[in-house]
Amino acid sequence: MLFRYLFILLVLFPIKVFALIEIDITRGNLNPLPVAVSPLAIDKNSKNNFKKILKKEDLGSEISIIVENNLKQSGLFNPLNKDAFLQEPDIANLKPRFEDWNLIKAQALVTGKVTFVDEKLRVEFRLWDVLAGKEMMALAFTTVPSNWRRVGHIITDKVYERLTGEKGYFDTRIIYISEEGPKTNRIKKLAIMDQDGFNNKFLTLGNELVLTPRFSPTNQMVTYLSYFRNLPRVYLLDIETGMQEVVGDFPGMTFAPRFSPDGKKIIMSFAKDGNSDIYTMDLENRIVERISNHPSIDTSPSYSPDGKYITFNSDRSGYQQIYVMKSNGKNVKRISFGNGLYGTPVWSPRGDLIAFTKLHKGKFYIGVMRTDGTGERLLTENFYQEAPSWSPNGRVLIFYRETKTNSKGEGFSAKLWSIDLTGYNEKMIKTETDASDPSWSSLLSN
Amino acid sequence: MNLSKTLKNGFLILITCLVLTACATKKNTESMGQLQGDVYTGSDSVEYLASGVPDRVFFATNEIVLTTASRETLRKQAGWLRKNSDINVVLEGHADERGTREYNLALGERRANSAKDYLMTYGISSDRISVLSYGKEKPVDSGSNPLSWSKNRRSVTVKAN
Repeated sequence: MLFRYLFILLVLFPIKVFALIEIDITRGNLNPLPVAVSPLAIDKNSKNNFKKILKKEDLGSEISIIVENNLKQSGLFNPLNKDAFLQEPDIANLKPRFEDWNLIKAQALVTGKVTFVDEKLRVEFRLWDVLAGKEMMALAFTTVPSNWRRVGHIITDKVYERLTGEKGYFDTRIIYISEEGPKTNRIKKLAIMDQDGFNNKFLTLGNELVLTPRFSPTNQMVTYLSYFRNLPRVYLLDIETGMQEVVGDFPGMTFAPRFSPDGKKIIMSFAKDGNSDIYTMDLENRIVERISNHPSIDTSPSYSPDGKYITFNSDRSGYQQIYVMKSNGKNVKRISFGNGLYGTPVWSPRGDLIAFTKLHKGKFYIGVMRTDGTGERLLTENFYQEAPSWSPNGRVLIFYRETKTNSKGEGFSAKLWSIDLTGYNEKMIKTETDASDPSWSSLLSN
Repeated sequence: MNLSKTLKNGFLILITCLVLTACATKKNTESMGQLQGDVYTGSDSVEYLASGVPDRVFFATNEIVLTTASRETLRKQAGWLRKNSDINVVLEGHADERGTREYNLALGERRANSAKDYLMTYGISSDRISVLSYGKEKPVDSGSNPLSWSKNRRSVTVKAN
């Protein structure tokens, strides 16, 4: 309740409450804030050391490019061209000449310094309000050099938070399904990458079909569907150790898994004799509970962030629609009443919205509605797209989109896309291979 | 509200009937008769478990109901299974690409069970039949058109041993 009140305040008075310069995050990318990201200063000795370890010519510059790219991708910022910068990075970090930065129309300025200390990477950075001529924030931290990309993401998160009043989503990862080969014989692998597409890693070899991976709240575990030995079952994978196990001992297909918000349970569907219902399994004591009991198809369950409710889709009305029930399975209520079919409901991390896929008149939409079904808003329309997943701050949705094939059945592709909650800033996310079923992690730091 | 809804549904059914009839008439005169309603009736992709015993049945969009032709195919499969009592089968249920992935997994499972139930009414023991849903993961036809989709909405009987 308090949270909701705060949120409303934030929407109404974004400028006064939080900072001197401030971005109205609810308006999308209509007026991105001009920001200058100076290359982070680096001394000669540090430069040479990082070059040896990381094979990067100028680490300070590389990190600033990550920040710049993140800010640009968010759609809320317009990073200015570095060619126009007049001040040297090291001096700018000590004392910016605000007239110069003002001249190139920068409203905010990011400066910083990287140093090599005791085999570690030490970073300090500052955020400046150019118009007011004031420092808004200064932070320093130390990490292992191999974390250098994360450093760029953490800086972006801090800048984003200071300027928008909301937490960022840049120091995060995406788990997804990598796809290759013809449509009739796709090879699918579990894959993980940073939110900006870097550090891609495959977690399975492609020997068996894998689908729908989802992170645990702490991002250490992933639950997903695997057809290992042609038995479709929900699995649990520890990303660090690579250990895998089947979730539960069900005499049939289990699918559509997700973690509970406390990470203690897996919620999923179990199909038997033509009927799919929703079950949970407690990961500590292995107790299995049946949550829904209806002869229709009940699947794609997702918990509310407080764990008190579950949203899912069911065709009990005759067609696929979205429902909400208490986490014990009581008080089932249909919430989708618009034209068409509704599926893949997923509760926003803020708790106030449910994102979904809608099928209407041969088109697929990604949309959001309030948790009582009111206020439906469709964000994007296409030939085929589904499975939205929320950024941890509830501002952005990632989903996948497939293309229509031509008359010979050629030209198929599957790609990851993201879109702002406002419906602005729709973007394809570059992946090494075709990709589907994305799931966004929570913030890795803090 | 309720009344208008009932009326609306009634109206929809009426329209569907009209469309179905329209298609049926058109098909007889124009096409090769590969679709009835939107159920595939052609023989592309169909394989045979034995001479005269097709391996698959097809479904209408979002449906699990067996058509007359599907029941005929399954009767032949049941006869073949009775004659070959040492053979077990897997019924692989599939959906087309026009649905969400997880729902389609459930739908494929339902379709395969629909075929299984029918085989059982001909005395085939459930011990000999297992069911496996692939959802929309294994289309036989990569096209993005109603005919391709109709070939992909299927339950395929596959020898397990």
